[in-house]
Amino acid sequence: MVTEVKDAAGIKTGTDLVKRALPQMLKGGVIMDVVNAEQAKIAEEAGACAVMALERVPADIRADGGVARMSDPELVAKIIEAVSIPVMAKARIGHFVEAQILESLGVDCIDESEVLTPADEAYHIDKKKFTIPFVCGARNLGEALRRIGEGAAMIRTKGEAGTGDVVEAVRHARTILGEIKKLTVMPEEELMSYAKEIGAPFELILQVAKEGKLPVVNFAAGGIATPADAALMMQLGVDGVFVGSGIFKSGNPQKRALAIVKATTYFNDPKMLAEVSRNLGEPMVGRTARSLAPEEELATRGW
Amino acid sequence: MVNIGVLALQGDFAEHIEMLASLGANAFAIRRDEELANVDGLIIPGGESTTIAKLAIEASIDTIFNTIQKMALSGMPVYGTCMGSIFLAKEIEGSQQGRLALMDIKVRRNAFGPQKFSSEQLVEIPEISNEPFPAVFIRAPIILTCKPNVKVMAKVPQGIVMARQDNLLVTSFHPEVTGNKAVHQYFVKMVQDAKKSSGSKSPIESVTFYPETAIPVTQIS
Repeated sequence: MVTEVKDAAGIKTGTDLVKRALPQMLKGGVIMDVVNAEQAKIAEEAGACAVMALERVPADIRADGGVARMSDPELVAKIIEAVSIPVMAKARIGHFVEAQILESLGVDCIDESEVLTPADEAYHIDKKKFTIPFVCGARNLGEALRRIGEGAAMIRTKGEAGTGDVVEAVRHARTILGEIKKLTVMPEEELMSYAKEIGAPFELILQVAKEGKLPVVNFAAGGIATPADAALMMQLGVDGVFVGSGIFKSGNPQKRALAIVKATTYFNDPKMLAEVSRNLGEPMVGRTARSLAPEEELATRGW
Repeated sequence: MVNIGVLALQGDFAEHIEMLASLGANAFAIRRDEELANVDGLIIPGGESTTIAKLAIEASIDTIFNTIQKMALSGMPVYGTCMGSIFLAKEIEGSQQGRLALMDIKVRRNAFGPQKFSSEQLVEIPEISNEPFPAVFIRAPIILTCKPNVKVMAKVPQGIVMARQDNLLVTSFHPEVTGNKAVHQYFVKMVQDAKKSSGSKSPIESVTFYPETAIPVTQIS
């Protein structure tokens, strides 16, 4: 298994450019969690730009407890068959064999996700070994750049999945974007110390300081439940949103899904946001991120 | 200076805007009908065609597509990359999704398979340069067939990947992610030329955006 393959005709697959370009095409869009082909169809018809296959949505993982793992390959295959949009699937942190299985199934992107029970508490997956891109969660710039250093082609905030409370996603987005801004005005001689302080690869620090943005696409995730939540994250400056339990744990998934898609496109238009937010039925019940006991927090998984 | 809009409903529109700006064009995002007023040319970027089609059949956005259609029929240059080429095609293999249906091409969505078959490869585009172009294909479509009025500009073994029909240009690949400006430069030139000769516009034909339910019947040889 190698990351970059060049065949006789000079066709190169799995290059950084090719891996990073897939998430670029998803920008301004909504990626929706689905557990089966029926939900995937609903998400596609509502305008999702991709779906994320997982065993249980985060709210159910919280409610049911137990070990959360990669989906049954049968379900993943059926989801791939059911939709024409890109299919992503979650693997446990550090579980590179789940990732190998997902790649062989033909998923378009793997989420090495803290929502599932981590398989390794010391090491993340070496994502450079794979042909397909990975997305990883991050709470701050150091974490984002460590994941990119390991080969992640897309970053998302961790937020607190399965709560319906957007506060942690806001915190993580503000932290990451704020730290990027800080880097752009930092005197050059301070960059090495800053890299050491936040535990980030120095080369990536130099790149972010120069360009003022991450070298990969940056989405929001974890607790987004309403069109207004999605637009809030977009206005804060992320490239797109993931919605997990927020859709299929709500009263009217079809309607809410479409409303969130529209809110993500017209995030700067309060009139449109008011329009799409009307009569969506019951939102997911949710629980406040503050009420979580430390062992219930998902964002602290990974490093 | 020419004004070039980039359709910004979903996809990598920012990359196009950046590239156009670096070529001296006045480039901006288009999300609503009225923003098309001062546009000399338009790019439809990469993204998910089902997402855009869904946004398109929603009444509030319908008009933007009718406007684009009218402007394109009256000679405004339109360039579609990847999803944009699907959107411009009259025929999409096995699909009746909403589209602009302007160009006499038949496309196959996702012709290379899942992301693991997405690739970079050098493509010859003789009309643009003697140097091969570094083309990036991301779950890319391919043009299966086209009518004789369509000029094929580049091919790979799987099929046609770049074509032009008068003021309409399509590529299956994404020049906007490569840093190579040659294709964008070619499109900016198309827009400049169209602006110069804008006095000789052909009359606007009356057409409407094709929603998902009403498919234009197009026979393509």
